[in-house]
Amino acid sequence: MSQPASEAVIRVVGLGKSYATAAGLFPALKGVDLAIRPGEYLAIMGPSGSGKSTFMNLLGCLDTPTIGEYFLAGENVAHLDPDALAILRNRTLGFVFQGFNLLPRMSLQDNVALPLVYAGLDKETRRARARAMLAKVGLERYAESLPNRISGGQQQRVAIARALVNEPRLILADEPTGNLDSHTSEEIMALFDQLNGEGITIVIVTHENDIAAHARRQVRFLDGQIQSDHLSGAVAA
Amino acid sequence: MLKAMLGEAWLAMGANRLRTALTMLGMVIGVGAVVIMMAIGQGAQFAVQQTISTMGANLFIVLSGSFTTSGVRSGSAGGPTLTVGDSEAVAELDGVINVAPTHQGTRQLVYGSQNWSCTVVGTTPEYLDARAWSIVQGAAFSDSDVRSATRVALIGKTVAENLFAGDDPVGKTMRIQQNPFVVIGVLGAKGQSLDGRDQDDTVIVPLTTAQRKVFGTPFLGSVRMIMVQAESAENMAKVEASVEALLRQRHRLREDTPNDFFMRNLSAAAESQAETTRTMSILLGAIASISLLVGGIGIMNIMLVSVTERTREIGIRMAIGARQRDILSQFLLEAVMISFAGCLLGLLLGIGIALGINAFTGMVIVISGSAALVAFAVAATVGIFFGWYPARKAARLDPIEALRYQ
Repeated sequence: MSQPASEAVIRVVGLGKSYATAAGLFPALKGVDLAIRPGEYLAIMGPSGSGKSTFMNLLGCLDTPTIGEYFLAGENVAHLDPDALAILRNRTLGFVFQGFNLLPRMSLQDNVALPLVYAGLDKETRRARARAMLAKVGLERYAESLPNRISGGQQQRVAIARALVNEPRLILADEPTGNLDSHTSEEIMALFDQLNGEGITIVIVTHENDIAAHARRQVRFLDGQIQSDHLSGAVAA
Repeated sequence: MLKAMLGEAWLAMGANRLRTALTMLGMVIGVGAVVIMMAIGQGAQFAVQQTISTMGANLFIVLSGSFTTSGVRSGSAGGPTLTVGDSEAVAELDGVINVAPTHQGTRQLVYGSQNWSCTVVGTTPEYLDARAWSIVQGAAFSDSDVRSATRVALIGKTVAENLFAGDDPVGKTMRIQQNPFVVIGVLGAKGQSLDGRDQDDTVIVPLTTAQRKVFGTPFLGSVRMIMVQAESAENMAKVEASVEALLRQRHRLREDTPNDFFMRNLSAAAESQAETTRTMSILLGAIASISLLVGGIGIMNIMLVSVTERTREIGIRMAIGARQRDILSQFLLEAVMISFAGCLLGLLLGIGIALGINAFTGMVIVISGSAALVAFAVAATVGIFFGWYPARKAARLDPIEALRYQ
């Protein structure tokens, strides 16, 4: 905590999370330290039960740690209340999920604009920025369509547009290609590559090596701890 | 923000139209029933008030009362205990604006070959003022007619129609108890009294004439009844008390002697009838509001189902930055909108049925803005009250759990 946090978008110190189960307290995450700098392209890997989902939820401010500190953009967010976390998710983070998670009754444009509704922006700004983001992912012509009118790959592009619309400090993608065929997966990964090329910080959770290979840094979890941390194939830590 | 949320609530309602419609039905029926009950209740009250206003406002009557002779008690108006002097003394009291000594009974009228039986009222000109009774043709008699006991008569509309059958009655001579009376005026129509009698089936003649020629009286100067009109509804009780005190004093009654006269408050009788109607409509309204309660529970039920069904949507919204209060207000707004829409439909349905009742049965109905206002207030309350719990449940979902929900 003595070292300056300004450098890292994300810095976690001794982050731990335990769940109460019938068999007692189960430690899903056991004191993790990690720093992510702006512009990084990072893959989090590991088998199921390794703690990577728990870690992802903590990074995404969807959950609070049992122990440890979490600095997001320099601010300690480990012990904020639910509404403060909601504001962080809205302003600082962008989520991409495995199941796309678009709202089925809304047009694509409204889906993309939804974070801006919670940010309290006016209708014209919302519309303009949602349009711009849809154009960025190449789907502007479907702006008025409902999600079920387009393919899975296209839906994931819309989800990425939604994640980007409020200009977050980083994108968290949880198995973003898990529901897509390999060809479409490559297209989505190419989009992530392009976004990272534009300087956007990206964290991808995946269990597929060829997806993780797109990232420049691979962090591997096992039994609630970081097992390895490779930077462009080389051991970083 | 609110506009966006309203739009979303509308979308959510539209996503499951049949369910939304069925949920609204409880509110529709509840509000409809309340509106109908209020329309009928207020209509009845209005009808009673109209009757009161034809009777004359702030009236009470003093009847000459029972007296006891050798243990035999006469009934009310059994003996001549009131006098014209009493009436004149009452007129001097503060807060009294009209006093009319009257004597009335049913007598047979004869005109040409026609005859007709009706109420004959012997009184003074103040009677017409007290009862706000207008003359539509001819003119009223005056105090000098009373003093000199002239044989003149004012006739009601029903009498004019039945006895004179088309002739202009003014100036004609009819006979009451063999005595000729000149009709000098026709009274304006008043319709039914509270007890259903036809108030227009009346002949009014000067008090003195009535006593001497029509009814006969044990001794001159006694009257059966004095009608008193107070200045305002507020000082009715005060006027009644002072009239009672005055009459007891004039009749030299000792403190332990009961009144030898009776006092009846006509307005009070009418008001108690209005009160009965009011109570009835409140009772019916209460029963109707039970269906509002049931409607509200229906809304809560559906909102709970909706929250469960949309758990994943709630998770998504939370992930992209919805605060608890955003989720809360979204679901609350939806419940209130269903409630309001149901209320609006119920209002239209209720007004429609009330108008239908009016058209088919002729029952008086009054549709007031306050009824609509009450209905809307109730709808908002029901929506917020029964929407609160499901909305809070939605707002308190754990985003991780909600996102994982299939």
